Amino acid sequence: MLGFIVRRLLSSLLVIGLASFVVFAIFYLGPSNPAQPICEGAGGRCTPERLEAIEKQMGLDKPVVSAYGEFMGGIVKGREIDFGASQYDCDAPCFGISFGTRTPVTDELKERIVPTVLIAVGGSIVFLVVGVSIGIAAAARRGSAGDRLLVSGSLLVSSVPYYLVCLLAWIFLTLQTSLFPDTGYFPITEDPLKTFGGLLLPCLVLGVATSPSYARYTRGQMVETLGDDYIRTATAKGLPRRTVLFRHALRAAIVPIVTIFGLDFGALLAGTIFTETIFSIDGIGRWGLQALQAPLDLPVLTATVLVGALFIVLSNLIVDVVYGFLDPRVRLG
Amino acid sequence: MTNTARETSLSKDPAPAGGPASGEPYLEVTDLTVKFPTADGLVEAVSGLSYSVALGRTLGIVGESGSGKSVSSMAVLGLHDAKSARVTGSIKVGGDEIVGRSEDAMRSMRGNTAAMIFQDALAALHPFYRVGVQLAEAYRVHHPSASKRQARQRSIEMLDRVGIPSPQSRVDDFPHQFSGGMRQRVMIAMGLINDPSLLIADEPTTALDVTVQAQILDLLQDLQREFNSAIVMITHDLGVIAEMADDVLVMYSGRAVEYGSCREILSHPEMPYTWGLLSSVPDVTSDPNARMIPIPGTPPSLLNKPPGCSFEPRCAHSDKVPGDLCATKLPEMRPGGRGTSHLKRCHLVDPDAIFQAEVLPEIAPELVEES
Repeated sequence: MLGFIVRRLLSSLLVIGLASFVVFAIFYLGPSNPAQPICEGAGGRCTPERLEAIEKQMGLDKPVVSAYGEFMGGIVKGREIDFGASQYDCDAPCFGISFGTRTPVTDELKERIVPTVLIAVGGSIVFLVVGVSIGIAAAARRGSAGDRLLVSGSLLVSSVPYYLVCLLAWIFLTLQTSLFPDTGYFPITEDPLKTFGGLLLPCLVLGVATSPSYARYTRGQMVETLGDDYIRTATAKGLPRRTVLFRHALRAAIVPIVTIFGLDFGALLAGTIFTETIFSIDGIGRWGLQALQAPLDLPVLTATVLVGALFIVLSNLIVDVVYGFLDPRVRLG
Repeated sequence: MTNTARETSLSKDPAPAGGPASGEPYLEVTDLTVKFPTADGLVEAVSGLSYSVALGRTLGIVGESGSGKSVSSMAVLGLHDAKSARVTGSIKVGGDEIVGRSEDAMRSMRGNTAAMIFQDALAALHPFYRVGVQLAEAYRVHHPSASKRQARQRSIEMLDRVGIPSPQSRVDDFPHQFSGGMRQRVMIAMGLINDPSLLIADEPTTALDVTVQAQILDLLQDLQREFNSAIVMITHDLGVIAEMADDVLVMYSGRAVEYGSCREILSHPEMPYTWGLLSSVPDVTSDPNARMIPIPGTPPSLLNKPPGCSFEPRCAHSDKVPGDLCATKLPEMRPGGRGTSHLKRCHLVDPDAIFQAEVLPEIAPELVEES
C-alpha cells in the first residue's frame, strides 16, 4: 500500500510538472507578449529598447526551459527576483512576483485558497446530501411519478447554464430580496460566522446546481445495483426493505459515486471560476481568470495551474486509495 | 374434475389422484399463475402450475431456460415485485396461504421457515461484506434477541457444518476469497442458518465442475436428512434430478408438462418434451462418437401463447395424434397409462409404447433388450 502511494505520488509530481511546463511554454511561444501592455501602460512611448528592458526584467528574454527551471527552483528553495528598479526576496515556496500587483504570488495564494476550499467543501456537502438522497429515493420508487419528475426536472436544471443560475441567484436573493444580504468572502480569521453567512449562498447555488447530476448518477447506480443477484439474496434472507436499500444496495452503489465525487472535488478545488467571479469572491478561480486578462500575469497563471493540477492529481490519488477500502476485491497488498 | 380441484383435495384423500406426493405436503402450490405486464403485452411466465412437497422429500423442477421454473419458485418466497408481477392461485407453506400476504408477513417467513439458495454464489453474495457478516445478518434478522457474538458463533457453526475447513478464520473472509464450491457451501450455510423447513435450491450446482457438484449434492442430501426439510431443486440437469429428487416436475413454457416420481419420469416418460430432455443428455458410457440429440426449434414466446400444446411446433410425434388436436387444444394434466401418480400433459394415446419403441433405442440401445 505504501509503495503504491509513493509510486503514485512520484507520477503525480511528473504530471504536475508537465502541466505547468505546458502553460509556461504556451505563453512563451504564443503570440502575446506580456511585456507589451506593461510597456505601453507605463507612460511615454514604448520604444523597442524599453520593451526589451522590460522583457529582461520579467525574465522573458531567457529561453523557456531555463526560465521554467528558475521558476521551479524558486518553489523549492526560494530566489531573488530583480525587477530592475526594485529587488524582491522571494522565500521558498516562491511562485514569483505578480506582474500586476508586484507582490509575492505565494502570499496571495495563501489568502485566495481559503475561500475556494470553503466553497468547494460547502458546495460538495450540499450536492452530496441533496443529490444522493434524491437519487436513492427515486431508485427506490423507480417508475413512479416522483421518479419521472426527478429525471425530467434534473434535465431542466442541468440545461440552464451554471453562470446564469449564479447570476440569477445573486440578483434575486442578494440584491433584490436581501435573503442573503452579505454574500461574499469575509476572512475566516476575523469572523467565522460572517464567513459562513457570506459563503452560504454561493455554496447553496453550487450545491443545488450540481445536485441533479448526482441525483441522476446515484439513481442510475442504485437501479443497476438493485437488479443485482445479491440484492435478491438479501431480500430472500428476510431483511427489511430499508436494510436492503441502504446496507446492501447503497453500499455497492456508493463506490462509483465516490470515484466521480473525488474527481469533481479536485476540479472544484482547482477553482470555482463562475461562482467566485459572479459572487465577487477572491478565490483561485477568479484569480486565474484575472491573470489571463492583459497584462498577462505569468507567475500567477502558472501558480494557479500548478495548484489546480496538484488538487486534481491528489484527489485522483485519494480516490484510488479510498476505492481500495470501499471495494475489498481491489484491496491493494 | 379439473386438475386444480384434484390438487386441493389432495390432503384429505389418502390415495390422491393428483400427483406423486406422499405424506402431508409442506409446500402446496395450486394453480399458480405469474404474469408480467410488459410494453409488448402480458407475459405469462407461469400458467396454472400445481405441485406439492412433503417434509423430508425433494422435488426436482426441470426445464430449459425460460420455462418458468425460477419464476414459480421465487413466487413461493414472494420475491416478485408487486408492481411488476401478478401472482394468482394458491401457495401454502406449512398450511398458511402466502399469495396476497402482506410484505411484513412474507418477510418473517423468508430466510426463516422458507429459504432459498441461488446459483452463482459469487454474484449472489454481497461482494463487500465478509461472509460472517452476511451469515450473522441472516441469523439476527430472525433472532432479534441474539447478540452479535451469538450470531457469529452460529455462523461459524454453520460454516463448519457445510464442510468449510477452519471456519474460525474463514468467517472473516470475503466471498471472492473462496473457491466456487466453497462459496456455494457458504450460500447453503446462509440458507440453512435458521433451520428452514422448506429449502428452494435454484440451480445450486450450475457454475460448478462435476466433482464439486457431486459434493454439493451430497451435502444437501446429508443436511436434508439431518433437518428433515422439504427441498425444491430447480435444475436443467437431469443428472442432478436422478441424484437428488424423489419427485420430478417437468416444465415447459410456463406449464407443468409431466409430474411424477423420479423413477417413473426417468424410466417411463410420457411426454415428448421429456423424451427430448432425456435424448439431449450426454452419456459417458456410450459410444464417444454418438451424437447428442438436440430438441429442434426454440421455446415459444410467452406472449400470446398458442391455444394448443406449447410444445406442438417442436414435437416430432404430433402426427400420431388424430386431426390438429395438438395445435388447437391444450391437453390437460392427466394420469398416464401407468397409474395416477404420474401426470402428463399430452394427447398421445399410448406414449409409453412410442417411447419404448422409438425413443429408447435411439438414446440408450443397451436398455432396450432388458425391457
